[in-house]
Amino acid sequence: MKITAVERLGSATLRHVEYVGGLAIQFWKASGSLGRTVPLIGNRYRWRSAIQQMLAVGIDAVPMVGIMAVCAGFILAMQGASELRRFGAMQYVIDLVTIGFTRELGPLLTAIAVSGRSGSAFSAEIGSMAVTEEIDSLRTMAVEPVEFLLAPKFLAALIMMPCLTIVSDACGILAGGAFMRISTNMAPGIYLRNVVDSMVLRDVITGLVKSLAFATIIVQVGCLEGFRVRGGPDAVGRAATAAVVKSTFLVILADVGFTAIFYLTGGH
Amino acid sequence: MPIAPADTGPVFSVRDVVVSYDGRRILDGINLDVARGETMVLLGGSGSGKSTLLRQMIGLERPQSGQILVNGVDLAKSSAGELKRLRRSIGVAFQDAALFNSMTVEDNVALALREHTRLAESTIRLMSRMKLGVVGLADFGRFSPQELSGGMRKRAAVARALALDPEILVFDEPSAGLDPIVAAELDELILGLKRAFSMTIVVVTHELASAFKIADRMAMLYKGSLIAVGTKEDLQNSTNPRIRQFLDRVPDNLVDTATIDQYFERYLEGGSS
Repeated sequence: MKITAVERLGSATLRHVEYVGGLAIQFWKASGSLGRTVPLIGNRYRWRSAIQQMLAVGIDAVPMVGIMAVCAGFILAMQGASELRRFGAMQYVIDLVTIGFTRELGPLLTAIAVSGRSGSAFSAEIGSMAVTEEIDSLRTMAVEPVEFLLAPKFLAALIMMPCLTIVSDACGILAGGAFMRISTNMAPGIYLRNVVDSMVLRDVITGLVKSLAFATIIVQVGCLEGFRVRGGPDAVGRAATAAVVKSTFLVILADVGFTAIFYLTGGH
Repeated sequence: MPIAPADTGPVFSVRDVVVSYDGRRILDGINLDVARGETMVLLGGSGSGKSTLLRQMIGLERPQSGQILVNGVDLAKSSAGELKRLRRSIGVAFQDAALFNSMTVEDNVALALREHTRLAESTIRLMSRMKLGVVGLADFGRFSPQELSGGMRKRAAVARALALDPEILVFDEPSAGLDPIVAAELDELILGLKRAFSMTIVVVTHELASAFKIADRMAMLYKGSLIAVGTKEDLQNSTNPRIRQFLDRVPDNLVDTATIDQYFERYLEGGSS
């Protein structure tokens, strides 16, 4: 019985190590292919695909990310105000929303939205191609699937995630402004001046660095789940679910790591 | 740079290939040569390992032991560049066509040209239409794969396999899922390609009529082992019980019809009482 438990632990550990290894190899291959995806410099067909992906990953996600950020901005402002009001420190709601969004909520909300929208789409697209032998077909045509399918998505996410994060930051802060206007009748000009005062460039940059890491996780996990699909259509559905669950989990883990690093290196 | 063919040697040379999944042997010490310009048909029932052998031969999977040489180059030891050149010399038509559903038929054919040549877009379009013309689909380039019938999709897959003028053409179950007339058309297409381009062709199938029509030589697989390699006549005259069973379409376990009748009678009696 004891041996079985140890065996199970060992096999689970091996599975996880193998998964992380698979992610690392795929990331390495994809990074090597990024150059051929860059608009106007790389392969003409590849960068056209990258631009299509930018529209799908970035532009199409703007309404969703915007609405999520507005809602989260209101939530943060209301929760903060309910406590700060007691100390007569309503002014600090502005700092709470500005710092909260630029450092944390902007990149995190964007990652959750993109993971749900695009991470699952990546795995479903690649997974269904694996089921119908389209991936094998690419390989027999001497076309590297990671370069052909993943690299344009990777480039698109690396460019669009920071953009979406800025949209998310802006929407969250605007929602905070709307709350302050409603609850304390604060003029928009004064609110914005306070936002500028409490906004630190380092916070914005750390948020954007996080968004790059989140983009990498979402694309790599989504595509790996797709490439590993074996079997029929049910496997494609499972891969899409796994892509969202695993990428969200890894995004949170990475967020803890990054926040700890930024905290320990000062500034926070 | 084209691969320098070893003119006299075999195109495919399979040496002692062993493949197993989860401890189950799928291919058990396969040895097979495919000569230049011949049509080799890999015959075998479901689960005999013929598709696995084909995947090994085109370098999609690597054997646990043994060697596969294509034009004298060992697939397992070849560099990425060599493997790429070898793959460009092999055109593959998959069982379910495996066309890219997100592209038009013409773009499917053009893909390899766009990836591997620096030709102008207008030339690529012209060449794609020519390849589609070879398989009789010149007017269907703008269609999406879903808009084509099963037979047309398979022909489009052949056009795509021909895109880079390969030296070797490989078919995985070309007649599967097609009606006899369309399957016969596809056989004629394979014979036509062989006549026109003197290609080396490897076909995996379990359709006997199709196999006997197109093959120069046949290799018969049974439970992961090659039990016969020879001409059509060699196989037809074989006395090997497994080959005879396959050719004479004899089922493994003959079901006793009297037993079935008894079962139904008992069932009906039980139901009426």
